[in-house]
Parts: sequence; C-alpha cells; structure tokens
Amino acid sequence: MNLHLKVWRQKNAATKGALVSYEARNIPEDCSFLEMLDLVNEDLLSRGEEPIAFDHDCREGICGMCSLTINGIPHGTSDTTTCQLYMRKFKDGQTIYIEPFRASAFPLLRDLSVNRSAFDRIQQAGGFISAHVGAAPDGNAILVPKTDADHAMEAAACIGCGACAAACPNASAMLFVGAKVTHLASLPQGQPERERRALAMVRRMDAEGFGNCSNYLECEAVCPAEIPALVIGQLNRDYAHALVKESL
Amino acid sequence: MNLLIKLWRSSIGKKWLVALTGLALLGFVVAHLLGNLQMFSGAEKINAYAEFLKANEKPLWLARIGLLICFVTHILATLSLVRMNRAARPDAYALKRSVQAKISTRTMALSGLTVLSFVAFHLAHYTLRITDARFKVEAEGGLLTSAHDVYHMVIMGFQNPLISSFYILSVGLLSLHLSHGISSVFQTLGLETKKSAIWMPKAATLIALLLFTGYASIPAAVLSGLLK
Ligand code: HEM
Ligand code: SF4
Ligand code: FES
Repeated sequence: MNLHLKVWRQKNAATKGALVSYEARNIPEDCSFLEMLDLVNEDLLSRGEEPIAFDHDCREGICGMCSLTINGIPHGTSDTTTCQLYMRKFKDGQTIYIEPFRASAFPLLRDLSVNRSAFDRIQQAGGFISAHVGAAPDGNAILVPKTDADHAMEAAACIGCGACAAACPNASAMLFVGAKVTHLASLPQGQPERERRALAMVRRMDAEGFGNCSNYLECEAVCPAEIPALVIGQLNRDYAHALVKESL
Repeated sequence: MNLLIKLWRSSIGKKWLVALTGLALLGFVVAHLLGNLQMFSGAEKINAYAEFLKANEKPLWLARIGLLICFVTHILATLSLVRMNRAARPDAYALKRSVQAKISTRTMALSGLTVLSFVAFHLAHYTLRITDARFKVEAEGGLLTSAHDVYHMVIMGFQNPLISSFYILSVGLLSLHLSHGISSVFQTLGLETKKSAIWMPKAATLIALLLFTGYASIPAAVLSGLLK
C-alpha cells in the first residue's frame, strides 16, 4: 500500500519544528506502524537524508516506550500501543499525520521522540513499597480478597506509556498517577505508606508541569492497558484524605 | 487555614475547592428555582416570600456572604486551573481528534464566564434594580405598589423580549455547565463507582434539563402572556 505521511520533524527542543510530507510506497499491510517507519527511514537513508527519530523498544506492547500521535490520537487507535498497530488498519492512499506526544512535561528530544522521564520521577517519588518483601510469599500467606486483587491487577496493567497525558487536553498525568496509587492502595502491602505515597506522587506530578483532570475522559479512551478513569477518583480521594491528615 | 492554603497550592486540592463550592452553588441554584416557581402561584404568594426573605436580615446576609465567597473561590480556582492546564500543553497538535470528550466539558470556562456576566446583570436588574426606572415604588416615580412587589417587577422585566432571551440563553448555558459539573463533582470527590460512572452523566444531564425547564419557564410564560 502507498501512504502520504505528514511527519513532525524537529532537530531539537531549541529549534522550531514543522510537518514534512513523505510518500511511503509499497508498504506491506502486515507491517506494524513502527516497521512502516523503518521502511521509510531506510528509504531516507538510501537518499542520504536524516532518518526520522521515534521511540521504540519491546515492539510487543509491554514496555510502553513507543509513542506517536497518529491522526490526532495517541497510538492511533484506542486499544493498542503503536508497535501493535498494523498498517491494515489504514486505507491505501490515506494521509497520516504523525506527531510527537505533546506536553510541556514531555520535552521533545528530536522529531517524534520525547523525554518521558517525568513519569519515572513521579514513580520514584512514592510509587513503591519501602519494606523488603523478600521472595514470592506462599500462596494465601497474606489474604487478599479477590475483588481487591482484581482491582490492583487492573491498575497494575499500566505500562507508563504516557498516552493518557498526550491525549488529555490539559496534558494531565492523573490516569497514570491514579493507576500507580490505586494499584498499591488496593493491597495490604501498600497500606503503611498509602498517604505518604499519594502526597509525594501528586506533588511531583504538579512540579513536573502536568495539567490536571477536568474529566474529559480522553485518557481512558486511548489507554492501551484499559486503565479506567475511576482510578482518578481514587487518587482524588486518597490525596485529599492524606492532605487533611497531614494538616491536622 | 493551613489546610486551605495546602488545598489552594495543589492541583487536586484546587479541584476539591472547585467541586465543593460548585456543590454549594448548585444548592443555591436549586433553592432559588423553588422560590422563583412561586411566580406561578400568584402575586401574593411570591411577594410574601420576598417579604419573608427581607425580614430575616441576618440569615439573608449570612447566606449572601457565603455564596459570594463560594462564587469568588470557584471562579478564581477554575481560572487558575485553566491557566495551569494551558501551560501544560504549550505546543498544540497540528491535528487533534478527541475520542469521547463532551461539548459541555470542553466549554466549561466559556459557559462559566457567561454565567458570571449573567449574574452581574441579574443582580443589577432585580436585586439592586438600577437598570429599569419602573422598578421603584410609586412614591419614588416607579410603578411598584410596594418594595416587595416582586411579582410585577418580574412581569415588567420579562415583557422585554431582549431581556427574556438573554435570561433563557444564560440559564441554558448554566445548565450546560451543570450537565458536566454535576457528574464531575462525584469524580473529583472520589465518590464514583463502576456502576455510577455509567448512570451519573445521564442523571446529571437530566437534572440540568429540569433546572433549565424550570428557570426558562418563567420568562417564557411572561413572553407568551401566560403570566401577566
Ligand atoms: C460564574 C462563573 C463560573 C465560572 C467561571 C465557572 C467555571 C468553571 C470551570 C472552568 C469548571 C471546570 C473546572 C475543571 O474541572 O477543570 C467548573 C466546574 C464546575 N462548576 Fe463552575 N463556573 C462558574 C459558575 C458556576 C455556578 C454558578 C455553578 C453552580 C450552580 C457552578 C458549578 C460547577 C460545578 C458543580 C463544577 C464541577 C466541579 C468538578 O469538576 O468537580 N459553576 N466551573
Ligand atoms: S494509564 Fe494507560 S495511557 Fe497512561 S501511562 Fe498507563 S498505560 Fe499509558
Ligand atoms: S515498543 Fe514496547 S510497547 Fe510499543
């Protein structure tokens, strides 16, 4: 298949970027979106031009490294990562806009590649359990009700890709932070540091320059891990609870 | 005090302030409508109600000051949030599509600011009575038999189609604001559940529609001659 691409090219954060048109020719339908870009890059290299920089790693939908806002939607569809998006989802001759994830907290590195370390710093601020828990415990040594386990598992599915912040009109990271907070708050091991965690992660989130939730629910719609927006409600509640306790 | 400062200084804290003041304002909007609907029970009923309110000076002023604090806090907090949220996305996408965001959600600042200009006019119009020379007692050159003759003041006011349409448009935008706001409050306060997340937006829209119908019915009834 042949495609008209409009790709965001930008040397670095200090220079101005622009959309540049490319023709992608003879792309097999069974290519993933990233493989399509690989083919375009080979073509660019053979002509002595700079290849397009984009992020990728596992290419199997688990690491969260691939990004891209494709035709106005992060990851292009509402149910996968970009590496799991196949060209058969597009029509022959279609025009495809490819832009980086845009948020002031995700500074642009080059072309389509952005620095998402802000998420790591939020995680490092409190998204963990300090006590050494050792090897996997014996089954049923710590009793966790099934509903709580399911709740934790659902939130733990977050791969930290940043699509939520990229899709949000406010560039809010609250689906991500909500997922991390809900994951540990649903388990007994997460209780001792529950309040400290919520306070520290939200403060880091604010300091990184993310926006905050106006309940557009765009994040939920694009999240490849299907994290429900309910985790944002849990974050709101846990944070307020911790703030009140801290102030009294 | 410490808590208030901390709430103001954090994004989620500010959202709580918006939600709590929004709820208080919603309480007023509902109570005000119930009071106003007495227009349909005749002049005596609503005029007696106006007199009753004015006779209880202390609680009246307490409520007014409380509402003013909520109103100002709500506006300052939302405008501050809007500013933070704009700063978080300095470079716009060349092409952006939204998947499921609703119109009401995307126009909160716009609908809110229209409500603000409406409230300013509404207070000048029927509370301070400075926009219309007829809204004075006869002794002062006006057309009202007494200062509590709210009934005839409202009739005269709404007989002007321009003013009536502005009122109807404004309560329409207030309802749009609330159709998002009412369901949003439950999410901000962390009260949403898997089930309520499904029916809450519908319930919020229904409540907003009821409020609109109630408020718009008064100018509409005057314009159509039903109330005179
Ligand atoms: C007069 C000027 C007003 C302005 C400028 C304004 C602005 C806003 C904005 C921008 C939001 C969205 C905040 C966000 O989620 O990021 C909001 C939310 C809300 N507003 Fe207003 N508003 C106004 C008046 C009112 C009034 C009169 C009421 C009630 C009758 C009200 C009730 C609410 C509610 C319930 C919310 C939802 C809070 C939440 O998301 O938890 N607002 N307002
Ligand atoms: S919540 Fe979803 S969209 Fe956001 S970072 Fe996690 S996996 Fe990605
Ligand atoms: S490259 Fe790892 S999830 Fe896409």
